[in-house]
Amino acid sequence: MNTQAPDYRYHTLVVTVENKSGVLARVASLFARRAFNIESLAVAPTDDELFSRITVVVDLESAPLDQIVKQLDKLVNVVEIRELYPGHAVERELMLVTVSAEPDRRDEIVEHLDRAGGKVLSVGTDRMMLSLVGLPARVDEFEDLLRPYGIVELQRTGRVALATLDDHDGPGR
Amino acid sequence: MDGGRALIRALENEGVEVMFGLPGGAILPVYDPIIDSSIRHILVRHEQGAGHMAEGYAHATGRPGVAMVTSGPAATNIVTPLCDAYMDSVPMVVITGQVPTGAIGTDAFQECDTTGITQSITKHNFLVTEAQDIPRTIKEAFHIATTGRPGPVLVDIPKDIVDPGNPRSAMTWTDDVTIDLPGYNPQTEVDPEAIRAAAELIRASERPVLYVGGGILKARAADALRELAELTGISVVTTLMARGAFPDGHDLCLGMPGMHGNFTAVTAMQESDLLIALGARFDDRVTGRLDGFAPDAKIVHAEIDPAEIGKVRRPDVAIQGDVRLAIEALVAELATNGTGDVDRDAWRSRLSGWQERFPLAYEQWVPGDPLKPQYVIECLRDSTPDDTIVASGVGQHQMWASQYWKFDHPYTWINSGGLGTMGFSIPAAIGAKVAFPDRMVWAVDGDGCFQMTAQELVTATVENIPIKVALLNNSYLGMVRQWQEMFYEERYSEVFLSKDVPDYKMWAESMGCVGIRVDDPEEVESAIAKANEIDDRPVVIDFRVDAAEKVYPMVPSGATNSELVVPPFQQDQPR
Repeated sequence: MNTQAPDYRYHTLVVTVENKSGVLARVASLFARRAFNIESLAVAPTDDELFSRITVVVDLESAPLDQIVKQLDKLVNVVEIRELYPGHAVERELMLVTVSAEPDRRDEIVEHLDRAGGKVLSVGTDRMMLSLVGLPARVDEFEDLLRPYGIVELQRTGRVALATLDDHDGPGR
Repeated sequence: MDGGRALIRALENEGVEVMFGLPGGAILPVYDPIIDSSIRHILVRHEQGAGHMAEGYAHATGRPGVAMVTSGPAATNIVTPLCDAYMDSVPMVVITGQVPTGAIGTDAFQECDTTGITQSITKHNFLVTEAQDIPRTIKEAFHIATTGRPGPVLVDIPKDIVDPGNPRSAMTWTDDVTIDLPGYNPQTEVDPEAIRAAAELIRASERPVLYVGGGILKARAADALRELAELTGISVVTTLMARGAFPDGHDLCLGMPGMHGNFTAVTAMQESDLLIALGARFDDRVTGRLDGFAPDAKIVHAEIDPAEIGKVRRPDVAIQGDVRLAIEALVAELATNGTGDVDRDAWRSRLSGWQERFPLAYEQWVPGDPLKPQYVIECLRDSTPDDTIVASGVGQHQMWASQYWKFDHPYTWINSGGLGTMGFSIPAAIGAKVAFPDRMVWAVDGDGCFQMTAQELVTATVENIPIKVALLNNSYLGMVRQWQEMFYEERYSEVFLSKDVPDYKMWAESMGCVGIRVDDPEEVESAIAKANEIDDRPVVIDFRVDAAEKVYPMVPSGATNSELVVPPFQQDQPR
């Protein structure tokens, strides 16, 4: 395990776990039990049905990365932990958002959306539903941009991440 | 075959000779094949007793203790022993019954979320949902419990997969099962580079101390440790979990460090320039206030559990791996390339000076005084065989036992260190006596502890497990009383139990034990001699001891170890 001390507060771990019932609860309860903070967490099956992948962004203010990684690694169902350093990872997040949009504001909103690379999913009489996939920071910016129009409902997935193609032998276990 | 018989056969295949338990609804089908099994089953009176007995058995033998209980309240009753075993790294496998798979989640009778409840206090747990998975799961449970850093594993078994009347229990037995644990691979081999770096620090150190924890015992490393100490001439402190790992009678033994450690052990660590931590975890009861702990010491930390390395104190050299392999490698390196030529005479004379000025001591009894608890421990120590196993509860009596006993063999001291579970001693002593029926086993208990688990003496009588209990009875929750005296201006809140009830002699006799009461110091030796002669039933000696007696030395909570409080009659000694 690479244990170089990062000097940034949030850090992304990609955790491969056995695809068994209760595994997410074990990970979540470990974080609660040890008072480690989670910034975001996303779980999905992998291409191999035996394993799932958890992408977790941890807040290093609560505990050193080294300790979080080692405690996670003690969970019997955790198979592999990979640390992703910024610049060595491709990170994406999906946002679905319903925003107030009277007909006279729609063009403006669509312009923002086009610039951000999002999509209109559906249009109602006075609101629109949009989606955006992008870097978490870009999604943050787009969310700020929409706020003045009136956000009716919003759901973000939390980030998912993979190592960059030339970095597959890089940091990891 | 059905799942219930498969479960028992799988346990037999793991070499299980004895299990501790109590049947009930959900586990009923598994209790039927026990009648025909080679495994001895010991019927307890409370499930907590089963768990601590399994722990006592494991402490004494190094083999995993096994307990089996039913679902719901039985499972919750064994939560405390699971947590205890987790904190003290005790290998244990606990089987719990569960409601049938179809009823899980419906709040069925005696249902509880056992795996959820025990998740954070077990090394791992399993909920088995198919009968066919039982043999593999049992194999995995024993593998996890006994390898790497040992710990408790719980296996939750729904009734339908073990009930021969239910088609879901049908399975095909095969001896050929392989474990499938892709995420479990404890690293035992040590890095030679780390060994060389540790040896360098050892060679250069002027004031080294071997700080030895319970991991030495788990790794069966006592012989290797002795070799290392004798090769280097470095003194050894043995923590509460490691008493006996290095002989108290050895010249290099400094005894127990920590909150109630002796002055020399505590101060040697504090003044050291190199702590060689072996299978120890820098517990707060050892370090005192962390930012003032051993301020000048470099740290070598040899430890099987990577998460312990750097958790509390960042080591200068980390040796991750099996601590016995680590010590053997260190011995080889130091024997080959030399132990260094630093002159440590000044350090040795400081150590012996402390030992002379600050021995473990208490104010001697004078006529008219009540019996001194420390004196009872000394008499017990001097009138029992060398290989006697001592199991203790938690509190003042535990500290006195650890301080005043002389442990010269590993695996003769059994106690609850990490969790501090009152009531541990009687069931733990029973577990040890089951493992070693020919050895003498004494439980040293307090009256608060005794009232929590005494019912297991019924188990001991009925199952013919003749343990002996030395009850240091001061009518108080003594350790709490001591804190209230020292830190709460003698405002005693809810610590007085009773001078009159229960009548421990009568209570012991009602459970089939021999009961003896001792008030007078002159009667102590004869009472112990009488107890030592009895081998056909348990014995309880109710020693009525001085309630005002405190455990010294003591590091007050929140203080650094340099602020160790010695007994009043040593306070004028120069440090």
